[in-house]
Amino acid sequence: MIGFLSLLRRDLRLVWRRPGDVGVVLAFFVVAVVLFPLGIGPETNVLTRIAAGVLWCAALFAALLSLERLFAADYEDGTLDLLLLAPWPLELAALAKCGAHWIVTGLPLSLLAPLLGVAFGLEPESLFILFVTLLVGTPALSLTGGLAAALTLGARKSGALLALLALPLCVPTLIFGAGAVEALAMGEGIVTHVAILAALALVALATMPWAIAAALRQAGE
Amino acid sequence: MADLHFLANPARFRRFSQRVLPGLGFATVLMLGVGLYMAFFVAPADYQQGQTVRIMFVHVPSAWLSMGGYALLAVLGASLLVWRHPLAALMARAAAPVGASFAAVCLLTGSLWGRPMWGTYWVWDARLTSMLLLFFLYLGHIALSRAYDDSGRGDRAAAILALVGVINLPIIKFSVDWWNTLHQPASVTRLDAPAIHNSILVPLLWMAVSLLFLFVWLVLLRTETEIDRRRLEVADQTQ
Amino acid sequence: MASPLLEVTDLACRRGSRPVFDRLSFGLGGGELLALTGRNGSGKTTLLRALAGLVRPDAGTIRWQGEDVAGDPDTWRGRLAWLGHLDGLKGDLTVAENLETAERLRGGDAARLDSALVAFDLGPLAARPVRTLSAGQRRRTALARVVLAAAPLWLLDEPLNALDAPAQAAFRSALQKHLEGGGLAIAATHAALGVVGRTLELAA
Repeated sequence: MIGFLSLLRRDLRLVWRRPGDVGVVLAFFVVAVVLFPLGIGPETNVLTRIAAGVLWCAALFAALLSLERLFAADYEDGTLDLLLLAPWPLELAALAKCGAHWIVTGLPLSLLAPLLGVAFGLEPESLFILFVTLLVGTPALSLTGGLAAALTLGARKSGALLALLALPLCVPTLIFGAGAVEALAMGEGIVTHVAILAALALVALATMPWAIAAALRQAGE
Repeated sequence: MADLHFLANPARFRRFSQRVLPGLGFATVLMLGVGLYMAFFVAPADYQQGQTVRIMFVHVPSAWLSMGGYALLAVLGASLLVWRHPLAALMARAAAPVGASFAAVCLLTGSLWGRPMWGTYWVWDARLTSMLLLFFLYLGHIALSRAYDDSGRGDRAAAILALVGVINLPIIKFSVDWWNTLHQPASVTRLDAPAIHNSILVPLLWMAVSLLFLFVWLVLLRTETEIDRRRLEVADQTQ
Repeated sequence: MASPLLEVTDLACRRGSRPVFDRLSFGLGGGELLALTGRNGSGKTTLLRALAGLVRPDAGTIRWQGEDVAGDPDTWRGRLAWLGHLDGLKGDLTVAENLETAERLRGGDAARLDSALVAFDLGPLAARPVRTLSAGQRRRTALARVVLAAAPLWLLDEPLNALDAPAQAAFRSALQKHLEGGGLAIAATHAALGVVGRTLELAA
């Protein structure tokens, strides 16, 4: 547990020393979202209709963009070996890394998305649901993307490859995340959506740390 | 798995495959010929779908084989990661593009079927969309296994991906079905195996078995090639 | 004579299908140093990584006090202090933060941080971010991390890399002290370490 917390603290501290890295990811998110009204046209009905999908997809891309460096930095400076050699389970280390990633990406994206949703004409209730679904769903993105990041360590063209690996696996989270907001707009209950979203995050929590640890071990060989 | 253990040694596999391949190739051609004849000339046209129903005799078995192929990748991945079978890595490398091709055939035939039935080449049908995502999973596997200078790294990374993918496939399928019922009007004819009637079931199963023969034949042939390629690599390294 | 603390039997590693080393056996007792020598590409680094459990050997066993280390890898990793050919330091953290974090990751409390800093004359640099240091200063920081770990077995890959004469002397005295305290060390090196020990030459 000491190891887990100190790794989490280390990664947060590293981000704190270079806040610009997170700023770039959030700026990408905002710019990507703003492009849609510019590309599609400013009709509010259309924008409101696609808002949840656009915001969810942009959040997914922004999260993946920032994931490339998640393990690559440790791999390049040799600190990954220290994690592999720590006398506690590597699965916990994987969880700590993904947890730190979620705190600096998933959480701010969840907070930022409702603000952008206003520009798409979403109702306050929808904005709140958007925030909730992102809050519940983004941990699954950090974990799934974390696996893709671990698998592509040291690969050629790792950035594009990471997206190719992670995107199909993130589809369920996307469907239920964006679907909840739409269900609300159609006057349906959203409890099922949020429950399934939470279940998806739990499945990721239960499986991904093991897969990430296996991927990191074979990267160390 | 007992068979794979027996064949774990690539040299022994080669002796086995060289004995089996010619006969298997001959059988595949024969079976496919008979199967296609049945599909095109013997099976009756559907009263609703007309002649286009014949596409199903290729479409449906391709879907089965591409799903089975991904399961095979997961089994091979497990045997590489757990038992370090040298042959499992080579066979996974050989099987992934074959499985991806069957997924592609399934998508293409699906869209050809869709043109007369739906009036367009692509409809976001639940089965087609799931198959598309399976195709992407295959692409990821193929790209990952070939993304490293050290081929062993690529093999092991792709093996982990196949295991994670096989766990996630049912979840993806479930979400896409959910998404589809939410967004699609129910009146659209679904892309599906036709109602099971013996005059259709027999050619369908016959085609499934012949395409399975084709699948196995292609995978064995490609595994041989991979063994040769790996030998050349080793020869280069030890010069 | 009692059996050695560390016993390596018939260890073999392959890269792809190419053998890196084969049927390697040696034993090492408390207070002993083993220097690994051999040409570039002879497998020194791979052997160190196999001993640490980072690379799974294709054959052979590694025993510590008679027990196979593969049976309890967590405990085994706790007995190791590792210096790779990369320093394993975070550029954005200071020297002191790097040492403290590394020790916490091992589950320790970094209580002896000051003495480790002093051993490698890092006191004046303690508050500097590592990215502002020279290669030699970084290597000293990495060595201080090894000392701080207080582990019975040191695994060192080219410890003298980038070190100037005073730093080499500091390393020697730290290593001497570790061995006198009953510790073991295995170091891959192409230069003489200047400390009495056995040598294992790996054939290319």
